Amino acid sequence: MRADLAVIGAGPAGLAATLAAAAQGVRVTLIDSAAEAGGQFYRRPAAALRARRPQALHHQWRTWERLRDGLGTHVESGPVRHLTDHHVWLVERRSTGFTVHALLGPEQRDPAEVRADAVLLATGGYEKVLPFPGWTLPGVIAAGGAQAMLKGGLAVSGRTAVVAGTGPLLLPVAAGLAAAGVEVAALVDSADPLAFVRRSRALVAEPGKVVEGAGYAGRLLRHRVRTLARHTVVEAHGTERLEAVTVAALDRDGRVRPGSGRRIPCDTLAVGHGMLPHTDLAETLGCRLDGLTVHVDDEQRTDVPGVWAAGETTGIGGSALSLAEGHIAGRSAAARLHGTEPDPRAWAAAAKARTRLRAFFAALDTVYAPPAHWTELVTDDTVVCRCEEVTGGTIRAAVAELGARDARTVKLLTRAGMGWCQGRVCGPAVAGLAGCAFTPSRRPFARPVPLGVLARAGEADGD
Amino acid sequence: MRLTGDVVVVGAGMVGAACALYVARSGLDVIVVDRGPVAGGTTGAGEGNLLVSDKEPGPELDLALLSVRLWAELAEEFGESVEYEAKGGLVVASNPDGLTGLQRLADGQRTAGVVARPVTGDALYDLEPHLAPGLAGAMHYPQDSQVMPALAAAHLLRASGARLLTGRTVTAVARTPEGAVRGVRTDRGDIHAPSVVNATGTWGGELATLAGTHLPVLPRRGFVLVTEPLPRLIRHKVYAADYVADVASDSAALQTSPVVEGTSAGPVLIGASRERVGFDRSFSLPVVRELAAGATRLFPALADVRALRSYVGFRPYLPDHLPAIGPDPRVPGLLHACGHEGAGIGLATGTGHLIAQALTGKTPELSLTPFSPDRFPEPEEVA
Repeated sequence: MRADLAVIGAGPAGLAATLAAAAQGVRVTLIDSAAEAGGQFYRRPAAALRARRPQALHHQWRTWERLRDGLGTHVESGPVRHLTDHHVWLVERRSTGFTVHALLGPEQRDPAEVRADAVLLATGGYEKVLPFPGWTLPGVIAAGGAQAMLKGGLAVSGRTAVVAGTGPLLLPVAAGLAAAGVEVAALVDSADPLAFVRRSRALVAEPGKVVEGAGYAGRLLRHRVRTLARHTVVEAHGTERLEAVTVAALDRDGRVRPGSGRRIPCDTLAVGHGMLPHTDLAETLGCRLDGLTVHVDDEQRTDVPGVWAAGETTGIGGSALSLAEGHIAGRSAAARLHGTEPDPRAWAAAAKARTRLRAFFAALDTVYAPPAHWTELVTDDTVVCRCEEVTGGTIRAAVAELGARDARTVKLLTRAGMGWCQGRVCGPAVAGLAGCAFTPSRRPFARPVPLGVLARAGEADGD
Repeated sequence: MRLTGDVVVVGAGMVGAACALYVARSGLDVIVVDRGPVAGGTTGAGEGNLLVSDKEPGPELDLALLSVRLWAELAEEFGESVEYEAKGGLVVASNPDGLTGLQRLADGQRTAGVVARPVTGDALYDLEPHLAPGLAGAMHYPQDSQVMPALAAAHLLRASGARLLTGRTVTAVARTPEGAVRGVRTDRGDIHAPSVVNATGTWGGELATLAGTHLPVLPRRGFVLVTEPLPRLIRHKVYAADYVADVASDSAALQTSPVVEGTSAGPVLIGASRERVGFDRSFSLPVVRELAAGATRLFPALADVRALRSYVGFRPYLPDHLPAIGPDPRVPGLLHACGHEGAGIGLATGTGHLIAQALTGKTPELSLTPFSPDRFPEPEEVA
């Protein structure tokens, strides 16, 4: 079946887009890698776990219920097809429309192809984690991963956790762990979230966010979680697995204060340094990027005709912004697929929310940042690229001795970023050690694809 | 700081690195300048082939034989740092006609000094156990080897002791009133030297223009597919007999012939496509699909192996498929070392060696006449 619009990603942006377009009579195929809609934000326990109150871990549960029910209605009545367990590896531009190439999960061996007149990319973001000594020990997990475990499995194996890094995600992760019965020994943020309070204008514009943050802060207080602002994890200790971390205070310049280190015993370290947008599909389509994000216009159109983008792929901004952008993108795509000029007044409320939330997250970005001199914490024997086991020392040697001045040359000379994850994890770290700005590297395939599938891709009924 | 040397090599790719090494070792003071990083152009997008097998008898094969010998010497010095591997090449024929053609080519190559051993029947599967069944036979070329090109360029540059200036764009070639070269102008200052070597690969035509002369280098695009790391599944560089014809073809249209090889790092590299589409970097599913299809035809077991990425590069193509090597008689002091098409890594050592001989007044080991930079007709003046 050929769709009018293929929406890739069933998180907040993709769901909002699907509902907005379907409401205008567009036939939508919603394609997502998960077994159920919701994305990372609305991740829920598998039905078999029979969680009684999954909403305990979610705010905006009612929004989710509205999206879920809306999707159900449209799927039942026909205009929307929801393809679960479809891992998209490429979106191909053809003379007429697009072909979305996916692999069927979880094995990702067999191909599936979807033809569509237009494509809407709602591929979301992924977590940035910077390396430090001991970060590869079992027991060190990504903060977002911890949250996914809480939302999806309702169980975290650890008893004592430290939550560390930087960014607004750390608060809900710490609160969630504490609520799940884990002793959270410390919340360690290299930024000073209090500094955020001083950004009064952005805060006034976004009272809901203040309430949300205050809610988490209150829960942390109740669970007696110690918050260490302007601190960083210097090292994770352990032989077989994590046993403790050393945290230290940062000075004004973002360097570790000598003598400020203290050891905190723990068996879990949830660490994260913010989010990065997934832009692989967009880039292979030839969409213009602005730095790390997909460039879109007021209608959420990319500069490639027929391709829209919404949500974190166009800039990290949380679920409410994703919903607004998804709605606008869906309305715009629907109008243009019907051959009419869209009327922005139709989405005035969403546009207003979008403006406000973008300003809010831009302000947030100025507060949350890794320590300015984080690369100094990466010792020569710290593994930076886990796939190819490339150490900080090897990368420094490529820079100092072989003349590498940029991440791509470091990759060529050290193999850092050439492995299974294609530099998604180590990219920012490699750029930092090379002393250059982090830019997205070209990844023609959004995920590994069997050669047998590639050899036949797009052969079925050419149109 | 005034930058002065004996020779400016423009281009920090494989050919520039080899020129820097051999020229510096002949006693001259070398400065290497590149607008990008080390190995930022075609070198960083290549497989690192050191091949004699794909060349017809003639000047290019002679240069390849010289180069393969020099690479073996360098391998002793650079050891594993450049991932040199004398793995040998295996050219397979799917039918008896193809095999006859291979034998004819090998007969000619042998007279030039190439070692080529016919392989038939079970012996073929002893060499490559995972090859598709039912192939007519193959030719084994033990001299074919491989290096990791970016590492090779970086290590040769470092060993040369040349001053390396990356991120610096040559904006003009400075010349005396008589027309002789006296250095280059860059966006970050002048570099003075009586000799300039054009090792800018696919961009060699641009540098020739800056020097007031003409060299018709064109890009010929190629994609390479890279798989997940595997235990050694493929031992040689393996390619189908029609590759030789594709290499020698003048067509601008897409040609693909499977070239498959394992690497010491684990991934299998799959080439080779050729198209003349300018400097278009955009991904092409039809091309990459052909590569995957060709590779899985040769090695059916690869069908379940995952491709992690593909990359694209631009071979520096000259109309007669031969590089431009040596002094440019039209511009005293300008030497060319570019236009090696898909063979630049392999031919780099011989090229560097010949350039060093030319710069030090020695008789070159091979005649430079077939590689003469002024062998192409001048473009017609636009009225």
